[in-house]
Amino acid sequence: MLLSEKWLREWVNPALSTQELADQITMAGLEVDGIEPVAGEFSGVVVGEIVAIEKHPDADKLRVCQVTGGDEVAQVVCGAPNARLGLKIPFALVGAVLPGNFKIKKAKLRGVESFGMLCAEAELGMSDSSDGLMELAADAPVGTDFREYLSLNDQIIEVDLTPNRADCLSVRGVARDISALNDCALTAPEITAVAATVRDTFPVAIEAPQDCPRYAGRVIKNVDLSKPAPLWMVEKLRRAGVRSIDAAVDVTNYVMLELGQPLHAFDLAELSGGIKVRKAVAGEKLTLLDGSELDLRDDSLVIADHEKPMALAGIMGGESSGVSVDTKDIFLESAFFAPAEIAGRARSYGLHTDSSHRFERGVDYQLPLLAIERATQLMLDIIGGEAGELTVVDTEFLPKPSSVALRAARIEKMLGLAIPAERVEQILNGLGLSCEPTSEGWTVAVPSWRFDISIEVDLLEELARIYGYNKLPVKPIRDELIICRTKEAKVGLPAVRSQLVSRGYQEAITYSFVDPKMQQQVQPGREAISLLNPISAEMGDMRNSLWTGLLQALSHNVKRQQSRVRLFETGLSFVPTKDGLVQEQQLAAVLYGRRAPESWSENNEVADFFDLKGDLEAVLALGLDKNYRFEVGEHPALHPGQTANIYCNDVHVGIIGAIHPSLQKKLDLPQPAYVFEINLAAVTTRSLPKFQPLSKFPEVRRDLAVIVERHITAAQVLQVAKEAAGDYLVNLKFFDSYQGKGIDTQRKSLGLGLTFQHSSRTLTEDEVNESIGRVVDSLQQQLDASLRN
Amino acid sequence: MENLEALGKEASDKIAQADSLQVLDQLRVDYLGKKGSITGLLKGLGKLSAEERPAAGAEINKVKQALTEQINDRKAGLEQAVINEKLASETIDVTLSGRGQNSGGLHPVTRTLERIQGFFEGVGFETVEGPEIEDDYHNFEALNIPAHHPARAMHDTFYFDPTTVLRTHTSPVQVRVMENQAPPLRVICPGRVYRCDSDLTHTPMFHQVEGLLISEESSFADLKGLVESFLKAFFEQDDLAVRFRPSYFPFTEPSAEVDIGCVMCGGEGCRVCGQTGWIEIMGCGMVHPNVFKSSNIDTEKFQGFAFGIGVERMAMLRYSVNDLRLFFENDLKFLEQFK
Repeated sequence: MLLSEKWLREWVNPALSTQELADQITMAGLEVDGIEPVAGEFSGVVVGEIVAIEKHPDADKLRVCQVTGGDEVAQVVCGAPNARLGLKIPFALVGAVLPGNFKIKKAKLRGVESFGMLCAEAELGMSDSSDGLMELAADAPVGTDFREYLSLNDQIIEVDLTPNRADCLSVRGVARDISALNDCALTAPEITAVAATVRDTFPVAIEAPQDCPRYAGRVIKNVDLSKPAPLWMVEKLRRAGVRSIDAAVDVTNYVMLELGQPLHAFDLAELSGGIKVRKAVAGEKLTLLDGSELDLRDDSLVIADHEKPMALAGIMGGESSGVSVDTKDIFLESAFFAPAEIAGRARSYGLHTDSSHRFERGVDYQLPLLAIERATQLMLDIIGGEAGELTVVDTEFLPKPSSVALRAARIEKMLGLAIPAERVEQILNGLGLSCEPTSEGWTVAVPSWRFDISIEVDLLEELARIYGYNKLPVKPIRDELIICRTKEAKVGLPAVRSQLVSRGYQEAITYSFVDPKMQQQVQPGREAISLLNPISAEMGDMRNSLWTGLLQALSHNVKRQQSRVRLFETGLSFVPTKDGLVQEQQLAAVLYGRRAPESWSENNEVADFFDLKGDLEAVLALGLDKNYRFEVGEHPALHPGQTANIYCNDVHVGIIGAIHPSLQKKLDLPQPAYVFEINLAAVTTRSLPKFQPLSKFPEVRRDLAVIVERHITAAQVLQVAKEAAGDYLVNLKFFDSYQGKGIDTQRKSLGLGLTFQHSSRTLTEDEVNESIGRVVDSLQQQLDASLRN
Repeated sequence: MENLEALGKEASDKIAQADSLQVLDQLRVDYLGKKGSITGLLKGLGKLSAEERPAAGAEINKVKQALTEQINDRKAGLEQAVINEKLASETIDVTLSGRGQNSGGLHPVTRTLERIQGFFEGVGFETVEGPEIEDDYHNFEALNIPAHHPARAMHDTFYFDPTTVLRTHTSPVQVRVMENQAPPLRVICPGRVYRCDSDLTHTPMFHQVEGLLISEESSFADLKGLVESFLKAFFEQDDLAVRFRPSYFPFTEPSAEVDIGCVMCGGEGCRVCGQTGWIEIMGCGMVHPNVFKSSNIDTEKFQGFAFGIGVERMAMLRYSVNDLRLFFENDLKFLEQFK
């Protein structure tokens, strides 16, 4: 909200500088966003009048004006299209300095001498742009200093109000807080009931009593809307960011800015029968003042006459019944619409107006009566006419005066400070909250303009606010010492992250919403949940795995000349299932490019599946004593020969593989990329280490090289060998895997290292040989393996 | 015995000239070995008389001794030379880089989150997480934000259907905690939150840490104490200016915005603080009784406070990042600066 400091100071004028005032209200919860002078820095500008005008002899677009205002009549060459005889304008005399330190000097324009300059608003820093000279009122006193004439020594204070402080959406409201903060008087303009001079009234019926608990209306006859609003009013409106329309609309806006009551002026001639405040009938149409055509819904409140809707209540008037220069009789509306009933209506039509903004947040329900008198008087003063009787219709839903109990003990308990009773009363009374002492504290009457006060804590906030948040005490942190019970069986996310970080991975954080097309390629066939209102189509679906975002990040980096990328991410994936949406923490990584960073010491080997698997295994190793298993797997976006499912204690927890060459091509990646994704829960729990006694007896190691069909997996060989080897086998490792020269093309060679040891004696040669024999036999029988010669 | 001197001289000269261990060893064998010429002289002592024999023997042994010493010295010298040569040949350029992986790094948001979490866990807060796709009740209703409340407009919510949203803050996690645990409570809820807003200073996803402390005693003064201590600890600045400004959140009353003296310019006024010297850093307040009521917590017995911290904002100030959007581009050139 934009506030003219000068206007504000007409209401309340504490001995504070502009900055001090702004700081004070900021610290009271009315945050000042900025302070701007209403006009640029200038001097030497007076009110001038064009007393003679003729065409420039040598230029079509220029004219030569004789202008009064200075010590003598001055000749000024002017190019503005609206320069005309008798026009009063801001006149910069020779010697004037305009904003930007622009000095006005005697000049010659196309051979004609010019003494000074006639000014547009923009040239005086009063608006961003303007087309033509600023036109002043006909009664503007020629020769008066222009700054003085328009009271331009003023600042516009921009206040960013929170939604609870609707009572401050007016000069009066802000002034009320300032008065309480400084304990100084509030000076309101005198507003008295306007005596009716005609008997005319217009019937009002409220058919939606809950939505509109109060409706006041008045007929004003025989107005003259050819008369403009006075300069002081137009200036105040301008400083509040409101454009002048005509005197009737200007008055309604003025009173709204001054007191906080939105008003509406109808052209009475366009209304038929009487006012009906009612719900719209679905399908009714209404064209608003801004030209938009609405198909009304039946939940919308309208101001209708006896034929059709004339205004969207509390939001915007209709085009057909708005006032115009030809309007003779006005029907002025000043109503109270219940915030709870009207909230969200404007937004549902894509509208947001000064009026809806106020009504949704709450307008003083006693204000309509005062405001309509103020507006009537201003209209009579400006556009003449005769006022009719005031019509007021109240319904049973008009809020009743309420009160809230405030306990002195509670003040101390909540704020940590016992504020003395006199100070409490002073603060509350200053805000217009009258209080009656009780045995425990006070009963505080809630004024009709405060929609944010209904319980005790609301009063505590008011006390804290005016007393000053920063004057309230600060208690140091103190507590009984509590032993933190950390669970050793939990592998913290930081441990998982640092494992990957130490293996060269950079953590990424990608958006949880992804491009549906890209996700279809990465997780073909897997469902995703879509946003109704995404930021863009490329951010339309929730990720059903972390791969989409990571591959996008990979692609981003590869496009920026990164040839080696290792990224990981943790976070939720969102997978719709028949049992509902599953939101689970995942850990995913992508590996791309060289195995090692480019270095004098490395060859240029490109990383492969086993590099990523090794990194994943390093993470899995954190989950001590858990039974992880990799099995040949398949996934539509992964390489059919380089994909493994990951099982933890026989539960499928993840998948790892090379991305499919066709996806690699679509992503425009020159080299293959490898990815994994695993449920985070599978790696963040573990069991505690349990000590096994060490054997003092020697180990015996035997190596075997066996040849098997290529499709036989190492895991199969391992399992058969383990089962056959017997109890003394303590370790079994593959030391070699080979296929190629010297071996049948359909077969491969695997080198197994078997280590035997007994816990309480030395194993005999025969025992070991026997075990190896069993292993060889089993491999032969079960997997058609042969020993390699 | 006249040739002892000549033989000794000859051997000594050869030893002095020996240029390898092999040559030297051969000389030892030739002169001092079992069949060596000096050894041979000793064997020849038998031909001498018993009177002559001791003196001659002593002479020969003296020469033998001297040669042995000379050989040993020479040997040591030659060995040292071999070692020196080996060392010289093994000399490397120690300024070349070490072998193996570079380490990666944490995302600056994670790094900041861990720092914030560390502070609060240190003073007894438990970290709790929750779903990001939330129902309207937990994200709004239970937090005293009924339908059509003007505060909903401040949230720019992403919807899946009229009652399912992407959480706009991590407060719903606090609601879930209050539903399931009786006070006293002390939790922080870090995580991703979403608002339908995207421009220079807004990303549609960002991170928050929200905290909640409920006990029988916690007052606004305790809230101020905790928040001040946290901010001073986070920025490692004991004299950090902290101020509390009345504000509005539907779920707290009284509510406050917290400003700190600008950490970029020290309060002098700069581009970051909009020349005001202050930076809005977090929101907080005393938990609204309606929020307690939603979770059946007795408002006469318990009271408490909640606070919310924008993680990206903290990270930007802490690490002088000047563009919010960089956080989610995941450009390695950006990420690698936070190792």
